[in-house]
Amino acid sequence: MNGKNDKWGFHTEKSNLITLDSNDRSLVNILAEQVPSLNSCFFCGSCGATCTASDDGMNFRLVHLLLRRGELQTVNKIIRSCLLCGKCTLVCPRNVDTRAVIYNLKILIHELH
Amino acid sequence: MSVNPKKRVAVVGAGVAGIAAAVALKRAGVDADVYEKESGPGGHLTRWHALFPGRENAATVLQGFLNEVKENRLDIRTGTLVTDIRKENGLFRVTTGSGECSEYGAVLLANGFRLFDAARKEEYGYGIYPRVITSPDLEKRMEDPATGLLIHNQAPKKVAFVHCVGSRDAKVGNRYCSKVCCISGVKQAIAVREQYPSCEVMNFYMDLRMFGSGFEELYQEAQEKYGINFIRGRVSEAAPTLDGSIQVKAEDTLLGCPLKVTVDWLILLVGMEPGIPGSLHDSLGLERDDAGFAGCRNKFLLPGYSSVDGLFLAGACAGPATIPDSVNQGRAAALSAIHYLNGKV
Amino acid sequence: MDSENKITSWRNYQKKIADDHYFFVRSCIRQTFFPGSERAFLTIMRDVLGRDVLDDPRHTSCTGIAYHSDVIPLQTIMTVVARHFALMTEAGYSNFLVSCVTSFGIYNEILHMWEHHPEILAETREHLWKATRREFQVPANVVHTSDTIYKFRNEIFAKAKYSLTSRNGESPLRIAEHVGCHYAKIFPDKGEGGAEFPKVLSGMIESWGGEVLDYPERRHCCGFGFRHYVVRENRGYSVANTRKKLESLAPLKPDLILANCPGCTMFMDKWQYTLGEMEGVTFGADGRGIPVLTYEELAGLVLGMDPWELGLQMHQVDVEPVLKKMGIVYAPEKKYLNAGGQYIGKPMVPDYCCL
Repeated sequence: MNGKNDKWGFHTEKSNLITLDSNDRSLVNILAEQVPSLNSCFFCGSCGATCTASDDGMNFRLVHLLLRRGELQTVNKIIRSCLLCGKCTLVCPRNVDTRAVIYNLKILIHELH
Repeated sequence: MSVNPKKRVAVVGAGVAGIAAAVALKRAGVDADVYEKESGPGGHLTRWHALFPGRENAATVLQGFLNEVKENRLDIRTGTLVTDIRKENGLFRVTTGSGECSEYGAVLLANGFRLFDAARKEEYGYGIYPRVITSPDLEKRMEDPATGLLIHNQAPKKVAFVHCVGSRDAKVGNRYCSKVCCISGVKQAIAVREQYPSCEVMNFYMDLRMFGSGFEELYQEAQEKYGINFIRGRVSEAAPTLDGSIQVKAEDTLLGCPLKVTVDWLILLVGMEPGIPGSLHDSLGLERDDAGFAGCRNKFLLPGYSSVDGLFLAGACAGPATIPDSVNQGRAAALSAIHYLNGKV
Repeated sequence: MDSENKITSWRNYQKKIADDHYFFVRSCIRQTFFPGSERAFLTIMRDVLGRDVLDDPRHTSCTGIAYHSDVIPLQTIMTVVARHFALMTEAGYSNFLVSCVTSFGIYNEILHMWEHHPEILAETREHLWKATRREFQVPANVVHTSDTIYKFRNEIFAKAKYSLTSRNGESPLRIAEHVGCHYAKIFPDKGEGGAEFPKVLSGMIESWGGEVLDYPERRHCCGFGFRHYVVRENRGYSVANTRKKLESLAPLKPDLILANCPGCTMFMDKWQYTLGEMEGVTFGADGRGIPVLTYEELAGLVLGMDPWELGLQMHQVDVEPVLKKMGIVYAPEKKYLNAGGQYIGKPMVPDYCCL
C-alpha cells in the first residue's frame, strides 16, 4: 500500500476480470504459426495430469489458456518448471506438439526480455 | 376422394420429415394428403443458407426435396393450417382453418419444431439491441454478402456466438438439449471467418456435443484451420456500448475468472421447442415426453409410434432432430402407417 | 435500440401500485446523506398529489444492513419487520410504502418466506407478541417510494416548472440511471419493468423530458454491497465496483446519475471524491465528478423546489452544472445557509477536480 492510500486504510481492489478488449493476445498467434497444432487443443487436461513437473506448478493447458486470454503475468514463472521431457506430447489426444510450443515460448519470452 | 378413407393417410407438415414420409407412402401405393401451413413446402430448411457438417448449400438440398415432391406428384395443400384432429370410430377426422374436414385411416404428424424465441432470455436483449441476432437471422444475412455482418460497409472485427440459448435452461422451462445448435454454431463460426478473414470469432459454450458423423472433425477444423476461439462459459449478460457494439460477460470456467469482451455482433444459437399445438395434444389425447415433445410408446421398440393408435410421429415434433434424422424418421413412420392400415400392428 | 420491443419487455412486468393511503417507512441512512429527499417525497405525495401518507415516528430501521452483514439474525429482523407491520395495522393502513431499496428487498423476502413457511410466520407472531404485545396483518401492497413517483410521474409533470432539458429546451439532459440490486433482482415481478430493463427510473426520466443512457454496466452493483463496506479493510472491493460502473458510463457523458437506492446514491456520489483523492481519476465533464441525484430530488427540481431546501448542498459532487443546464433559478450564496440563514459550514475539498 502506498503512502497516499494509507490515508484511507484501503485501496481499490484489483479485479481478476479478464478483459479481452485490452489484453495482448498476440503471443498465442505467433506460437500457432510456429506450431500450428496448438490451435487443435481442446483443453482436456491430459498434459497437466501427466506432467512430470506438475507438482511444481507446470500445466500446459493452463499456460496455453493464459496465453490465449492474454493473461501473461504468471506464464513465465510456470514454464520455468518445465523439463521439456515431452510426456505431455505423448498423451495429447489432439496431437498438439506441446513440447515444441513450450520450447518456442521460452525462446519468445527470452527474445522479448 | 373415391379411395376408402380407411386406406388414406394424412401427413401434417411438409418439412423434410413430412416430404420423406409422403414420398415413401406414395411409392408404396398409399394415398396421402400433405397439409402445410406455410405457402410452400420445405419447412425450416427454407430459412437456412448452408447445412452442417459439410456446409452444403441449403437451396440445393431444398431443391432435391422439391424435385421428389414433383416426381412423385405429391398433393401438398399449402397455406392450410390443420386446426383439429379427432379420432372417432377408428377414423381420424382432420379439420383445417377453412373448416374443411377429411377422414383418414392414419395420421402422420410431422409438425416439426418452433424456434425458441430469443427475446425470452431478457439478459441478451434480443429484439432490443440490433447487434444481437439469432442463428436463423445470421443464415438470412449470409445469403446476401452485400448485407452479411457489415457495419457501415466495414467487415466486423469481433463476433461471438452463444451456445444453448433456450436449451438446457430450466429458467425457460427447457431442460433438454436441442442437439443441432452446437454443430450449427461451429458451422456458422467458420462461415463468418470465411466471409471476414480478419474477424475474430468466439464461441461461448457449456459443452460441445459433436455427436454426428463429421461433426467432431468440423469442430477441429474450426480450431485448426479457422482459428475459432472456443471459450467454455455461458454468456450471462449482454449490453450495448456507445457505438452500438455489444459488451458480453461470461466466466472463463477453465480459468475460473470472469471475462468481459466487446463484440460487433452477438449471435444466439436458438434451440428447438415442440411444434405440435397444445390443442392437438388435447383433442387427440396425444401424450408428451418429459421435454414436452410428442412422446412415443416405446423409444427402443416403437419409436415413431405415438400414444394414439394409428397416429405416427416423424421429425422434430418428436424431439430435436437433424435433417437426416427427420428423413429417416419420415420413412420409418410411413412404413409403420402402412403396417397399421394393413392391420399388421 | 428498438424501443418498441423494449416497451413490450417492460409491459411484461407491471406491478400493482396502490393509489392512496400509504404507511411510510423511512431509510435509516438517507436522512443523513440526502436529508431533503424523504421530506420532499412527503411534500410531493401530500401537497402536490393530495395523497394520504402516514409517517409514524415510532418506526425504526428495518435492520437490513446489519442483517446483510451477519450482525442480526433472521428471527430478529423478522420481528422488527413484524413490528412495522403491526404499527401499520394499528393505524388502519394496508399499503406499505418503503423508502429504502434494501428494506424493500427485506420486506418482500420476508413476506415470501412467510408465505412458503407459515410456521415461521407463526413463530414471528409469537416473538412479536412476547416482546411488544402487538399483533399484525401482512400488507396488501408493498411498494417502493420510487414506484409511487413512477406511478404519478405524469401528474407530477403536469405541475412541473422545469423539464429535464437544457434551458432553451432544445436538448434533453443525458441521464444514466442505476436501480438498486434489491429492487427487482430478487423478485423481478416486484419491480416496475423487471430486473433487466427496469422502467421505474427511466420512466420518470422520459416522462420529464430527459434521455436515458444505456451503458454496459447498467445492471452492475453500485459498490455498496453490505459487508463489503461495513469493515474498512473491505472497502477496496466497494470502491472498485463503483469505479467499474463509473468507467462504463463516463464515455456516454451523462449530465447526471439518478439512483433509487439510498446506498447506491451515497456510494456513487461519495466514492467519486474518494477515487479522485486515491487515484486522481474523475469521470465527468471538465475533470470533475458526475452529479448523483435521488429521484425525489429530481422530482423536486422539476416541480420548482429550491435546491438548497432539497438538501443538494449535502452532495459530494456539486450539482450546480445540472441546475444551470436546466435553467433553474436559485441563490448560489445560500448554498451553505440553514433555514434560519445561519452558516452551516462547508466541505474543505468540495469537489475533486483532476484538471
